[in-house]
Amino acid sequence: MSSHVSPIREPLVNGHKSYHDITEDLVSPTERAPGAAWITGFVLSITMLAFGLFCIAWTIWYGIGTWNLNRTVGWGWDITNFVWWIGIGHAGTLISAILLLFRQKWRTGVNRAAEAMTIFAVICAAIFPGIHVGRAWVVFYFFPYPNTRGPIWPNFNSPLLWDVFAISTYFTVSLLFWYTGLVPDFATVRDRAKGFRRKIYNFLSFGWTGSAKHWQRWESLSLILAGIATPLVLSVHTIVSFDFATSIIPGWHTTIFPPYFVAGAIFSGFAMVLTLMIVTRKLLNLQDYITIAHIESMNKVILVTGTIVGVAYLTELFIAWYSGYVYEQFAFFNRAAGPYWWAYFGMMFCNVVSPQIFWVRKWRRSIAVTFFVSIVINIGMWFERFVIIATTLARDYVPSSWSYYSPSWVEIGIFVGTIGLFFTLYLLFTRVAPVVAIAEVKSILKSAGDQYTGPNAIHHHGDDNDLQAGQVTTHNVDEENETSINEMTDDVLTADSDVRVKSSAGVDDLKKIEGIGPKISDILNGGDIYTFAQLASADVNDLKQLLVNAGPAFQSHTPESWSEQAALARDGKWDELKELQDKLDGGKHV
Amino acid sequence: MSQSKDIIYGLWNDEEDLLRAVKVAVGDHLEIMDVYTPFPIHGLDPLLGLSESRLHIAGFIYGSLGTLTAFLGMSWIFTKDWPIIFGGKPHWAVPSFIPITFELTVLFAAIGMVVTFYLINGLGPGVVNPTIDLRITDDKFCIAFDKSEVDVGQVESFLKNNGASEIHSKTI
Repeated sequence: MSSHVSPIREPLVNGHKSYHDITEDLVSPTERAPGAAWITGFVLSITMLAFGLFCIAWTIWYGIGTWNLNRTVGWGWDITNFVWWIGIGHAGTLISAILLLFRQKWRTGVNRAAEAMTIFAVICAAIFPGIHVGRAWVVFYFFPYPNTRGPIWPNFNSPLLWDVFAISTYFTVSLLFWYTGLVPDFATVRDRAKGFRRKIYNFLSFGWTGSAKHWQRWESLSLILAGIATPLVLSVHTIVSFDFATSIIPGWHTTIFPPYFVAGAIFSGFAMVLTLMIVTRKLLNLQDYITIAHIESMNKVILVTGTIVGVAYLTELFIAWYSGYVYEQFAFFNRAAGPYWWAYFGMMFCNVVSPQIFWVRKWRRSIAVTFFVSIVINIGMWFERFVIIATTLARDYVPSSWSYYSPSWVEIGIFVGTIGLFFTLYLLFTRVAPVVAIAEVKSILKSAGDQYTGPNAIHHHGDDNDLQAGQVTTHNVDEENETSINEMTDDVLTADSDVRVKSSAGVDDLKKIEGIGPKISDILNGGDIYTFAQLASADVNDLKQLLVNAGPAFQSHTPESWSEQAALARDGKWDELKELQDKLDGGKHV
Repeated sequence: MSQSKDIIYGLWNDEEDLLRAVKVAVGDHLEIMDVYTPFPIHGLDPLLGLSESRLHIAGFIYGSLGTLTAFLGMSWIFTKDWPIIFGGKPHWAVPSFIPITFELTVLFAAIGMVVTFYLINGLGPGVVNPTIDLRITDDKFCIAFDKSEVDVGQVESFLKNNGASEIHSKTI
């Protein structure tokens, strides 16, 4: 809870939220009637979904011949869309698992929605292999089970079958991870609900109580699931890349280096998270929880992964030339200068050029720019898969079978339908569950809330009452201390940094803590600790580090009891503080 | 469920105050029934003497089970049950069994651990546990005592003196 946070780190929860405010803000969207924007979006999504279902029914009824696939182009929009959706599904687990392992606090604002997005994207993706096999009614032949056909088994040596296992596992694990995180939050919704609604959430929350042992196991479970989901998410797209790499099609060997494919997946996933979160935070009024700091962090991930993808594109061009293999060389020449040149340059522009805009901090933090670029990246990553799959197949080894593939209305309709499905599910999710993880945001409040860290830290900045309150605390100190406090306050007020001016409003006299003199008080101020509350929540090791950094003269001081003392001072328990200080010797327990 | 219990509990508004109070209660040898919080509190487990969760051991066992199922299953199918030659590879083509073995390891570990988690916690679909206070999942931090296990007077004075904002008795 009270781990030290660098003073330059931006707060992740704005608006001086209390725990109750967090509950109120995050649960209330599920409690009020949906607004006009939600209804419009939902009707639109359902319409798209209905059209998609119609096209799927059409495909199954009349057969794959309704698509424009031909003798050489056996994979077209179907597998392009499949890989695109799977890629989008990578960001959720990345945010919730890898960022959990790296202890990135900003994940708490976006992990719930990103995980939901993962699950919905995988559902959309799974539709395509299910129907492109043609006989969708025997699609369960994918799975090995003791059957009456021999029994005859699927080919476990085939990357296509690995894919079946990878995606089913990925879907199951993501779902379990997501739901386990949701259970405590459903309990929060339950405890505010009445009547039938309460019954529903009672069922969904599995009888959660908030017991200490349950929380301990919950954290342990989350950590292990994160630990195993991390290699899992990497394996999924690695196996998708094997689908192509193990074939004998020259242009498909571009995927032989799976990390490139995985980076691309993360890249597109983050773009979709951004697209969704920017709309969600606006519609549900979550600007205090999904802050500009969150958006900036995600833009940095986009910049890194986009650049990895760009380097990979250039490397494959070089390798095609350097290999001296004419088929490979032709495949790449054909991509850039063949009939699909527009898809290739669309891909290059959207994926390589457009994210470079995020080198500029101002644009990284601009919502309009981020939203626009996120859409561009979504389109670009779709082009990437299309370029790999279709342009290669349209120029086969035998020039007499060259063709130009463009989709039929049925193929377009199915793609539109999956987009409709995705948004239908997402919109329903925003009605049923808290979009931001309530318990997890509460658990980072003390270290990342804007009243505890950043320029607005300390009580309520700026107004006169607080200035007086700040002076009251300096009232009873002896003359020497008072001057030093005044000097410090003046210094702070004249400093041009915005941070320090605002902080001066509620400065406490830290010298009231036994073991802290004027010098150490200044050192603590230098570490952005101005109040008893901040000192109480500071980590002992960080305090020690501050003292060590200040020079050898301060290393003998022991800050162990400071937070205990400061907590009493913060709560105004002066008598108890006196009692405690009587027991202490120079700030040390004796 | 088990028969009803008479409990007395105090509510705190801040997790750091709660931690201090728990420290005092443990020091006074008061038998705490349970502590309920809206989010996980770090540092609480050692105070309450909760041993580290062994869920990871269970996870390892489930995972190993998945590894064995996948690898032995595929080996049996392709060498004994129905051997087929694919692309001139040997029947027992170990390297190409690796991806599926890995996936099933993860799948078994995840499902096993999650099911175990709900079973040992006594949670699951349709389970209704008694609610001590509706605000525990919102912003209150609760220490509860079973009246049959503690001296009620001593508990009351403990709650009063250690910053509890509210004190209640209840039968659950």
